[in-house]
Amino acid sequence: MTTAIAFENVSKMFETNGKKFEALRDVSLTVDHGDIFGIVGYSGAGKSTLLRMVNALERPSSGRVIVDGQVISTLSEKDLSVARQRIGMIFQQFNLLYSRSVYKNIAYPLRLAGLPKDKVIDRVEELLDFVGLGDKALAYPAQLSGGQKQRVGIARALANIPDILISDEATSALDPQTTGEVLDVLRRVNRDLGVTILLVTHEMDVIRSIANKVAVMEDGRVIDYGTAYEVFSNPRSATTKRFVSSVLHHQPPADAIARIRSVHRGRLVQVHLENQDSSDPFLSRAARTNGVDFTIVYGGVNELQGQLFGSLTVELLGADAAIEATIADLRAATQVTEVPRA
Amino acid sequence: MREVDLEALLPRIVKAAWETLVMLTGSFLLASVLGLLLGLLLYATRPGNLLQNNITFTVLNFIINIIRPIPFLILAVALIPVTRALVGTSIGPVAVIPALTVAASVAIARIVESNLVAVDPGTIEAGAAMGARPWRILFTIVIPEALGPLVLGLTYILVALVDATAVAGVLGGGGLGNLAMTYGYQRFDWFVVIVIVVLLIVLVQSAQLLGNRLSRKVIHR
Repeated sequence: MTTAIAFENVSKMFETNGKKFEALRDVSLTVDHGDIFGIVGYSGAGKSTLLRMVNALERPSSGRVIVDGQVISTLSEKDLSVARQRIGMIFQQFNLLYSRSVYKNIAYPLRLAGLPKDKVIDRVEELLDFVGLGDKALAYPAQLSGGQKQRVGIARALANIPDILISDEATSALDPQTTGEVLDVLRRVNRDLGVTILLVTHEMDVIRSIANKVAVMEDGRVIDYGTAYEVFSNPRSATTKRFVSSVLHHQPPADAIARIRSVHRGRLVQVHLENQDSSDPFLSRAARTNGVDFTIVYGGVNELQGQLFGSLTVELLGADAAIEATIADLRAATQVTEVPRA
Repeated sequence: MREVDLEALLPRIVKAAWETLVMLTGSFLLASVLGLLLGLLLYATRPGNLLQNNITFTVLNFIINIIRPIPFLILAVALIPVTRALVGTSIGPVAVIPALTVAASVAIARIVESNLVAVDPGTIEAGAAMGARPWRILFTIVIPEALGPLVLGLTYILVALVDATAVAGVLGGGGLGNLAMTYGYQRFDWFVVIVIVVLLIVLVQSAQLLGNRLSRKVIHR
């Protein structure tokens, strides 16, 4: 894989009214060609600032940003205007031109690039078909729904055949149904057109449904990073765990544990399921060989990027020594954590 | 009410209406051009904008703030020497155009500036992200996006100018306002006053109607 975007020790200091604010602290990340790379974090984590450095809407206080081998963070405004035509961008509030028709909105970047008028017509038509708005060329943005507006935004961002598309909370203003439609379009942009996508969001659902790589940001730092599977199945930081548990519900929250405890008074263990050889019935085998019964009291299994993972919380019932032996057997097969007694 | 001598009145009304139209269109066209330029300059020299220039911005801002609160009557009288120098006389509809233009220009400048400032910064950012340079953004994004409310703002100024022409008329410009003053205020001929008021209402209504239509054409919201 070749590198599409590289952030090298990027820091950013903002100063307002003499007060300094460090938006980014020494961030290094690489996005490979073909990735759908998701950056997730709460508001104020610095993720939008980082994203806006890809097309130099924001420049780092120190460090470098390299896009397709070109150091973009030090480019002159003039060279930048050319480089920016190769980087599409979509926005939370769409940022369409309301005084222009859908056609003219999409034609705008093409005219900027100096494409002759007859070619513009063909290209706009092609783009409208791609985003499924072939019949809306003459409509005005105000007449469109949020999802349609964002699809116009995507068409506009793709106009000059960019290598990279950056997305700043592009689905955050949309309802779940429309979000799904827009994510479908983005998936096709990546798969059919080969465009590398770097997206920023606070919605873990968006990451789960399209990203193949994830970085989690907090306080201007990247605190977790890996393939989507790695991050979701093995969240390292507390923040990442919170994000993961917002979409994956296989770990019981504290209040659920209390409720479970009121009914199930035996020993509770959480059995981690990850990269399992799916034909190995290790749970029932461990119980059977040790003469122990078990009840599943909580849990779930999810699929991400074609891999299964999850966790089951089970109550083990039997003699103390037998339970001890069962847990030992389970530990040999997978990661096991005991739920402490209240 | 005394007998109305329509034969004598009609030509006077036509002449007065013509004078009003001359004052109105002359000053409005000139003020539109001047106000637009001033407004653009104000916008462009604002801190953070493409021609950022604190001195120009502050000076312009100061001048406009001085002229705007002056009542038009006083401004028009004060500008009589300027008018004499420019037009050669201070009597007649053309002679009041400079004063009307000055008053309207500064108002239009403010309207232009505030409407440009109000353009969604997101659309400007989108333009930059697509690779548009600042001047291109100003002319292909900021101004078109501001055009709808701008047309409405200009309509407002046009209507306000109708009011100001009456004052200017009494000061020597002639026109409908002056006619209404002479017949109504000095001769108590209310019929003439009513006719003129109706004419003014028609004028204002048509201006507003035109402005509304035009703005709807460019707004698309």
